[in-house]
Amino acid sequence: MAKPKVGYTRRSILKTGGAALAASTLPAPMLWAQDTKNIVLRQFGTGVSNLNDVANKVKEDLGFTLEMTALDSDSVTQRASTQPDSFDIADIEYWICKKVWPTGNLQAMDTSKIANYDKIVGIFRDGKLMPDSTIAQGTAPHSVGFVDGPGGTSFADSETGWMTLIPTIYNADTLGIRPDLIGRPIESWTELLNPEFKGKASILDISSIGIMDMAMVCEAMGEIQYGDKGNMTREEIDKTMAIFTEAKRAGQFRAFWKSFDESVNLMASGEVVIQSMWSPAITAVKSRGIPCVYQPLKEGYRSWGGGIGLSSSLSGMELDAAYEYINWYLSGWVGGYLMRQGYYSAVPETSKNFMSENEWGYWFEGKEATGIITSPSGDTLAQAGEIRDGGSFYDRMGAVACWNAVMDENQYMVRKWNEFIAA
Amino acid sequence: MQLKNRHILGWLEAAPLAMVLLGFLIAPIVMIVIVSFWGATEFSIYPAFEFDNYEFLFGSPVTYRVFGATFKYAFITWALTLAIGFTVAYFLAFHVRSLTMQIALFLVCTIPFWTSNIIRMISWIPFLGRNGIANQTLISWGVIDEPLEWLLYSDFAVILAFVHLYTLFMVVPIFNTMMRIDKSLLEAARDNGASGFQTLVHVIIPLTKPGIMIGTIFVVTLVMGDFITVRFMSGSQRANVGRLISNDIGLLQYPSAAATAVVLLCTVLIVIAILLRFVNIRKEL
Repeated sequence: MAKPKVGYTRRSILKTGGAALAASTLPAPMLWAQDTKNIVLRQFGTGVSNLNDVANKVKEDLGFTLEMTALDSDSVTQRASTQPDSFDIADIEYWICKKVWPTGNLQAMDTSKIANYDKIVGIFRDGKLMPDSTIAQGTAPHSVGFVDGPGGTSFADSETGWMTLIPTIYNADTLGIRPDLIGRPIESWTELLNPEFKGKASILDISSIGIMDMAMVCEAMGEIQYGDKGNMTREEIDKTMAIFTEAKRAGQFRAFWKSFDESVNLMASGEVVIQSMWSPAITAVKSRGIPCVYQPLKEGYRSWGGGIGLSSSLSGMELDAAYEYINWYLSGWVGGYLMRQGYYSAVPETSKNFMSENEWGYWFEGKEATGIITSPSGDTLAQAGEIRDGGSFYDRMGAVACWNAVMDENQYMVRKWNEFIAA
Repeated sequence: MQLKNRHILGWLEAAPLAMVLLGFLIAPIVMIVIVSFWGATEFSIYPAFEFDNYEFLFGSPVTYRVFGATFKYAFITWALTLAIGFTVAYFLAFHVRSLTMQIALFLVCTIPFWTSNIIRMISWIPFLGRNGIANQTLISWGVIDEPLEWLLYSDFAVILAFVHLYTLFMVVPIFNTMMRIDKSLLEAARDNGASGFQTLVHVIIPLTKPGIMIGTIFVVTLVMGDFITVRFMSGSQRANVGRLISNDIGLLQYPSAAATAVVLLCTVLIVIAILLRFVNIRKEL
């Protein structure tokens, strides 16, 4: 079942065979339009970038069909590691890649076939946004971004020409606040446990991300010095949980949220005034006309990044189609689409061509909007004169303190997390 | 036609139901029991025969606290649904005289059940919230100055939702048994000089026990097996056994979830066995 679905008429088999032969003998991938329209690539991943608009645009621009399946992170991890034949393209986060790559279900990509490889942001290549940047804790994308060769099973320290995931989408997360209900500046992660917000705070009930937000708070309070927030020791996990359990018992939290909608409702209804939040949720609250700020904090952001990886069972014409898809992905249209939602593209400069000057200035450069800013679906997100929370790309991505990660003590942490919820 | 072997025919008649129960009840439970001894890595499970899952379960103080919470929810919900359910059934059976009216009022009781229970549950959230209808009304009446925080995301909210969801399961069997009580028994009690209260305690309640017991089994098993009501109404802040299981499943720890499920199943069966010691519900069936 590994092969993509192709209509098997005698003619199409002849053509497919011919094209595969051509593709494998000629140095550059060359596909014939009649054949590519029969190709189906099956992509699955988390909801953020599995967008139907992208599939439609692929059909329009490249001719082949992209089938999208959206799952939650746990299911994505499970499927990528246990059912390699059920997908052609995996759209996963870098920390998931760390878990999945050792199973051998993904194949490394030849960067010489990636047209815009040289323009990919430094975070995904040598780990540095700018030459003088320091690398944040956690599973930094570049640390799991390369392997030694096409069959490599362990991650390489530097750029090798063989990439595990092609970065697609990333962002820097922080706390969301209701400025109208708080009425004073918020500057630090410590405010999440400030007794002033007793019964009005929330944190997300997804262990692998929630623990990071907790760590940001505990470190900001000066209670714990972590060796690596992305890879805690048991002792560090215990201490972190103890601080939050105490706060929970004292009634600090109004609720915990698990889904995007819950976080939006908690904030919009005023049940909660400060909580961990995701960027599009802020947008959703704002679009209801309720003030909500994605508050930059002095300790920095918790960041995450996703990318697409190729199934090890992809070969021949489908593999070429996949490369073509990746090149198209980095060529700007998708980047522009994602950046207009508040995410970042791996190759920002190509996205610029697909954004207006106002949009580019607002989303990327952190400038005042010169006109109304709308989302790809047409909702108004900002008025003229407003600036993006946190400022420019370099201000935000330059202040990342930690990347989403999977710890060596993951199972222990999960059990402790369950205890915290039951406490 | 002469029946040659009644014995075989009897088995054949029971076979379809037996097959259904075997395939859809016994086999899945056996499977769960087997998996509860398996081991798990972060994203796979492997066959084994080990007691790690049970060891962790019984070794963790959280388990006992969570089981305690589950019993607490079950008991309080049971007491409230019984009080409300009995009163409603009593009213329907003995105060409403015409059969048409009884049927009409009984149908009115079922109206809330025409929508999904998730919707009935979630509709409490905007009502009970900090800026919800309940708080706004109380403030405008001058009863309170500050919004009541404990209305939502609390044990109160969880139990309120449970009572709302499950009272009908108490009303129906109790009403059913009450309707079967021979009215002449009530007349006899009155003729012998019993007061209304004495009739209730000495005649109606003993005769309604099987109905009460069936309602009790419904409510207790539903509350003990629930996870979604607790999650939504407590804002994920409280846990019962069902949530423990659902968290494990979300984290792909199927064997651990299976072990918890086995313990929960045994607990519920023990509770029901104890209940059945009190009342012979076969009389009812």
